[in-house]
Amino acid sequence: MTLTALKTVPPAPAGNPEATRPAAEVRNASVIYPAADAPVKALSNIDLRIEEGEFVALIGPSGCGKTTLLRVIADLEQISAGTVLVNGVSPHDARMARAYGYVFQAPALFPWRTVLANVMLPLQIQGRDTAKSRLIAIEQLARVGLSGFEKKYPWQLSGGMQQRASIARALAFEPRILMMDEPFGALDEITRDRLNEQLQQLWQKERRTVVFVTHSIAEAVYLSTRIVVMSPRPGRIVKVIESPLPDERHLGLRDTPAFMNVAHMVREALADGHHD
Amino acid sequence: MATTTDLRQRVLPVAAMALAAVLIWYLGAWVTNAPGAIERVLAPAGIPWNWQDLLKATTGMERPVLPAPHQVALDFWSSLADWPVDSPRNLLYHVAVTGETTLVGFVLGTLLGLVLSVLIVHSRTLDKALLPWIVASQSVPVLAIAPIVLVILGSLGFSGLAPKAVIAMYLSFFPVTVAMVQGLRSPQVIETEMMHTYAASRWQSLWLLRLPAALPFLFPALRVGIAASLVGAMVAELPTGATAGLGARLLTGSYYGNTLAIWSALLMSALLGLALTSLVALAEHLVLRHRRQP
Repeated sequence: MTLTALKTVPPAPAGNPEATRPAAEVRNASVIYPAADAPVKALSNIDLRIEEGEFVALIGPSGCGKTTLLRVIADLEQISAGTVLVNGVSPHDARMARAYGYVFQAPALFPWRTVLANVMLPLQIQGRDTAKSRLIAIEQLARVGLSGFEKKYPWQLSGGMQQRASIARALAFEPRILMMDEPFGALDEITRDRLNEQLQQLWQKERRTVVFVTHSIAEAVYLSTRIVVMSPRPGRIVKVIESPLPDERHLGLRDTPAFMNVAHMVREALADGHHD
Repeated sequence: MATTTDLRQRVLPVAAMALAAVLIWYLGAWVTNAPGAIERVLAPAGIPWNWQDLLKATTGMERPVLPAPHQVALDFWSSLADWPVDSPRNLLYHVAVTGETTLVGFVLGTLLGLVLSVLIVHSRTLDKALLPWIVASQSVPVLAIAPIVLVILGSLGFSGLAPKAVIAMYLSFFPVTVAMVQGLRSPQVIETEMMHTYAASRWQSLWLLRLPAALPFLFPALRVGIAASLVGAMVAELPTGATAGLGARLLTGSYYGNTLAIWSALLMSALLGLALTSLVALAEHLVLRHRRQP
């Protein structure tokens, strides 16, 4: 485990951490939105440790705080109480150190930039050399299967291709953590299956830490090594399921009893959370 | 096939409207000039006249109330053809003067509008402090502002182009400011958050996201702005003693009751306005050609 983790962790921008340090650590964290009548507890006493190289799915019904939790780790949302560490530092410092790439629900590609220029955007912000950035972006687009579309504009691409371009953009500067907030939620099932497969293969190759928010049980079980089941009012973790599935996965796996067993466990946990 | 559709859907309606306008114009010329023509042309001659003589007389007067289209066209053409370009009798000379003021005022106004909109978008205080004054500035008639600006700048030693450009700027900065405030605020939450995750600075967010996102808002404002700048430039020419420029030409024309000169200058300023807005439209087309047309 230690050996593979060391071998497969993407090149770190600064200081190689000891192997035991988690990619993200959330301790007793709460997010409370003040309201006139009763404050809303979006997240309540969350404890979660995400190791490097893990593929963690956050799943739950809407309002359970799964997106809020991801946004807290990404420094897009502030916690009201508790501690959050990303790569051993605060989310803000981790963000400033460009520790993670974030994929949103929508592709959010700039319509005035070509696909290539869109993928180059984070590199441009980091002040990297243009010629090198171009090469990196071309390579990233190839990794998500978009070679030949570099000069196209976003509106010339299908929804699935746009989301793939946005994944290439998130990976352009080789962040150590990839955070994805229901990235395939707006896509049709066929496209979604294909992208799930590609994402799985990408993770197989690189073993980059992925935190993945979804409300699809099949997606969560298929992709992740660990499934965090959450429940609303207040947003909390009801169960963490270690996936017994092998690391090597293909779409056919979804019809095996082992897969259905895990899916069943997730469904049970979701139902438990709902009836509390 | 496309050309047939174009002909039927675009060219024909425009042509029909133009024809109607010319007919109404002639009708207006006959009616408005008839009393003058009878009194000054037909009656003094002392011979009997019929309606054909009246029609002819009304469209051939030297100082008609409303000159006929062909009179305006002839006067327009003669000013271009019969005089050297640097002569004040040539309309192109005045186009150059007014056009220069318009363009300088437009560029200054656009820059001012851009700076103001960036300040307003980035500072809540400035948003509250500046915007009401900017709106209020436009409720003061430019005809009242123009002489004041000319006197003040004149006393400071600025004459010629500078004061006129300032007045043109005064009219053209407003649409740019308002549109750019809206445009710079047009990026969606998801886009600003994405820049945030890349740890982009404010300046980078402005340059890489807000400004490009605001361009579709900017160009319509520039079209309005350049037309407003032309109005400002012509108004600014009025109180200066009126020596050069299309506005000055309009003023001298009305001094001497030279209606033909007025109409020629009017036609020329309309053409100048059309040319300037087309220039902006061309720039818009070039800059935004890759964006999807909704």
